[in-house]
Amino acid sequence: MPEASVQKIEVSPKGIQSHTKGMRSHEQRVPVIDALDIAKTYKMGDIEVRALCGVSVRLYAGELAAIMGPSGSGKSTLMNILGCLDQSTAGSYKLDGVDVDKLNDNQLAAIRNRKIGFVFQSFNLLRRTPAIENVEQPLIYAGIGLRERRERAKAALEAVGLGDRLKHHANELSGGQQQRVAIARAIVSRPSLILADEPTGNLDSKSGAEIMCLFQRLNEDSGITVIFVTHDQRIASHTRRIISIADGKLTGDVAVDDQILACPEEGVGATR
Amino acid sequence: MYIVEVIRLSLHTLVANKMRAILTMFGISIGVGAVIALLAIGNGVQSYITQQFTSSGTNLIAVIPGQIQRGGGGGNPFGPQVALGMSDYRAVIGSVPFIQDSAVDFSGLGNFTYEANQSESALSGVTPSYSAVRNWNTRIGRFIDESDYGGRSRVVVLGQTIANDLFPGLDPLDEVVKINNVPFRVIGVMESKGSSFIGDQDATAFIPLTTAQERLFQANAQTKGGDRRISSIYLQVQDDGARPLVTAAVASLLRERHRIAPDDPNDFSVVSQTELINAFGAITDVLTVFLGAIAAISLLVGGIGIMNIMLVSVTERTREIGLRKAIGATSSAILAQFLAEAMFLSLMGGLIGIAIGVGGAYAVSRLADIRPEVQLSAVALAVGFSLAVGLFFGIYPARRASKLNPIDALRFE
Repeated sequence: MPEASVQKIEVSPKGIQSHTKGMRSHEQRVPVIDALDIAKTYKMGDIEVRALCGVSVRLYAGELAAIMGPSGSGKSTLMNILGCLDQSTAGSYKLDGVDVDKLNDNQLAAIRNRKIGFVFQSFNLLRRTPAIENVEQPLIYAGIGLRERRERAKAALEAVGLGDRLKHHANELSGGQQQRVAIARAIVSRPSLILADEPTGNLDSKSGAEIMCLFQRLNEDSGITVIFVTHDQRIASHTRRIISIADGKLTGDVAVDDQILACPEEGVGATR
Repeated sequence: MYIVEVIRLSLHTLVANKMRAILTMFGISIGVGAVIALLAIGNGVQSYITQQFTSSGTNLIAVIPGQIQRGGGGGNPFGPQVALGMSDYRAVIGSVPFIQDSAVDFSGLGNFTYEANQSESALSGVTPSYSAVRNWNTRIGRFIDESDYGGRSRVVVLGQTIANDLFPGLDPLDEVVKINNVPFRVIGVMESKGSSFIGDQDATAFIPLTTAQERLFQANAQTKGGDRRISSIYLQVQDDGARPLVTAAVASLLRERHRIAPDDPNDFSVVSQTELINAFGAITDVLTVFLGAIAAISLLVGGIGIMNIMLVSVTERTREIGLRKAIGATSSAILAQFLAEAMFLSLMGGLIGIAIGVGGAYAVSRLADIRPEVQLSAVALAVGFSLAVGLFFGIYPARRASKLNPIDALRFE
């Protein structure tokens, strides 16, 4: 039924500089996200709540997109399913070519570990734990040795501009810095996709702008695919594609031609 | 996930939450410590009581007049109806085999005075062998010897309590005390035996049996048959195996001598240390059960403490569990982490508890005259129980939380 939407999603992403060479080359055009007609129904007592009814989304590597919608629209449900935190009750979903619908809990955990990085509104860092150890956490579950973990966590923190805060405990950092640690934690496992749920919701506007700038820069420099889930128009305006959702259905999917750069003064976007 | 990673992860978490870790360990330590200390003290009391009996001589049989009532004391040595005499004693050591050594005492009350100091205490006339048979020596000076005995000397060996009462801070040797207004020279002071449930054993003094019978207690010193009266006979048996034989031989001999009809009860009692220990064993058994019950309660309270902290900490950490699941931890990885944490806390708490328990038991032993005995079984019981409680209440809520949908866990407030 959402034929029109599917057509629109074919808007081709521009300027892919994937650091995950080879297998996900531009020519093959294997989508990172290939969700077809997914539905989610909750049972609350006797009442069935249809949170999603037939949503199809296709997203290619290197995209910077926002899923927008008011609260109760089903955007969180969609994010949970796209993030393999939850499974749909109908439809099919392929993440990076893997058929997620048929996976068990442990396989889903492995997918989350290797292919997805999460950034949450409330950061969700381990308090009283140094930044570098927070960033290491996903690598522990990936079975990577201590030395390589340390190196990769350090590189990730440097990439988010916290190279001088490695040993600081999470609760000693400002909100903006905490979110940077969370972003480092999301990129350290070199995922195919970063899902950011209202990443600026707990930040003041200046820190929020810095975080958006960071996302844009990571996307531009490293070709990391990012999806924001938000109801904030300002966040959406920093992306290149806005997918709108309301009442569990797609209501719009538009490419943004004149993307607003969050940090023009640093000239990050301008150099491209 | 490798076991090393699990351990490293849990240690990091414990260090990051020192207060919580310390409180949990403390709860476990208190429970374990209480059990070990209480059981050690209980065992100490039991062997203290046993020792009270064995210290007065091993393989010792006492013959006293009258029938010992169950739980009651001995018969009255001055009672008209029953008596033991010196001829009974001579007949026993003359015909009963396997007797290594023997002693006699004849006791009453004495009024002791030295200058202005006065003391009313027990006074025993004894044979020179008394000290060896009762396994009780002098601390200073000497005990009554054969020449004192033969010469009916007016010499006295004081118990520690009487010595303290009459000669506070002074040397009593060779001083003269008056006992019932008769002067006696002090030749020695006994080793302190301390007080026990029997009473203060040091509040007694010894004079030669002959002196007691002929000079001090003349009024009561005769049996109906005109024999010299005695209060008890102590027989030291050659070895413990001969004890029943000696007991039976003494009883039949005395029944014959006292002309007791076959169906009548004895007018004397033959008591061995073993029988007394057995009688008191029943009391100490009750004591051990009582202490065990207190220990069980403290273990239970400690267990509830562990349970509370574990439940609270897992509830508190639901968000952490949600996050870990989101970044790729499997349910079993989360369970392994909590298991390692609980195991570490329980083990460390248990070890500290052993230290507290042993230390506490010895601290109590400094206040009371009890030597605590820490038993391996009590340690194993206490540590095993707290490990089980710590693990169960560490794992059970963690298991529930690990099954939560990661989103629900993340949103948990």
